[in-house]
Amino acid sequence: MASLDDLKKRITSVKSTQKITKAMKMVAAAKLRRAQESAEKGRPYSDKMNNIILNLSGGISDIENAPKLLSGTGEDKIHLCVVMTSDRGLCGGFNTNIIKKAKLYFQKILDEGKTLKIITVGTKGFDQLKRVYGDNIIERISFKESKNVNYFDADKVGKTVIEKFENKEFDVCVIFYNQFKNVITQIPQEQQIIPLKTTDEETNSSDDNYEFEPEEDEILSNLLPKNISTQIFKAMLENSASEQGSRMSAMDNATRNAGEMVDKLTIEYNRSRQAAITKELIEIISGAESL
Amino acid sequence: MSEEYSLEIVNPEKSFLLKDDVTEVVVPAYEGEIGILKDHISIISFLKPGIIKVFSKSGEDSYYVNDGIIEFKNNNLSILTSLILNLKDIDKGKISEIQKSAEEELGNSEISDQEKYLLDQKIEVLKSIN
Repeated sequence: MASLDDLKKRITSVKSTQKITKAMKMVAAAKLRRAQESAEKGRPYSDKMNNIILNLSGGISDIENAPKLLSGTGEDKIHLCVVMTSDRGLCGGFNTNIIKKAKLYFQKILDEGKTLKIITVGTKGFDQLKRVYGDNIIERISFKESKNVNYFDADKVGKTVIEKFENKEFDVCVIFYNQFKNVITQIPQEQQIIPLKTTDEETNSSDDNYEFEPEEDEILSNLLPKNISTQIFKAMLENSASEQGSRMSAMDNATRNAGEMVDKLTIEYNRSRQAAITKELIEIISGAESL
Repeated sequence: MSEEYSLEIVNPEKSFLLKDDVTEVVVPAYEGEIGILKDHISIISFLKPGIIKVFSKSGEDSYYVNDGIIEFKNNNLSILTSLILNLKDIDKGKISEIQKSAEEELGNSEISDQEKYLLDQKIEVLKSIN
């Protein structure tokens, strides 16, 4: 059994850890509010963009000549996966969940005999993937310096992706990120951005008589790269809100656990103190009796 | 009959402006300025750097945009842009900053004619503001 001194030391150390986790929780909560706000504010832009593209692609007549970003290269051999994670740890299952989802997808791709290329955004993703998929990682991007998520960072990622697409380095591009639902739930998402998936058939054909200026295909070829940056930006916003939310609940749990541990240790400390006193008393009494 | 329609301007960071009482919007479209009144035909177009003028019951507003896409449909005008500044409370320093980076880019010989044209436009507009 640990001595009284050891117990005392452990209690203080757990207490100071608790102080740290509590502070981290507060910081995460403050950041979360901001991140959540900007995630919500960013939604109209990406939704509108998506809508316009849906309307446009619904009206396109010859699929043959449609921009490659929309229709794809016609092949399905090389998959590029953009895995978006955080730059900092201590945020619960946030990164692990994305990686888990991404790894499932990687396995599927590799099992089908296709080529896999990975871009990691955020250092934590790279750390977790480098051991198994190190050879597949073609680029790692990190925005450790930028304080807030901004559009220019997203644009940088988007441009990298498009450049690689134009060099015919891949056929399909999928991004992985966490969608922010609420503080306790973040849903890992995979979203295919190239070729664009027009899954919903919401395009109301009655109103397809758009006037285009300049030509339809020119608009599309201009708009699609922008849409990719926008989708990535949206993913980054969702991700940062999720990260803070995840960190907040993780730190809340840690604080609670530390509290429980302090209670347990305190009881143990008091017990052994009591035991020591009793022992001493017995010694004195039996010493007096033997006289 | 009222001649107002609704306008929404969004940029990636937030919804910039929402208005229900605009009567006319003049936008710097790719092939020249377009004025949009109520019941205009559905249109999708690109913007080049320039000034958006918004006329409404409550007055007239002007904004500088870097680029953008407009969509007009069912008397709803949406403008999506990456950078928008209100000319009323504009920061002169910021304008010269944008202008400077545009001029620097123009000095880069690798750009296409189209980009060159856009940059020229941009610088011209910025000069007129300053």
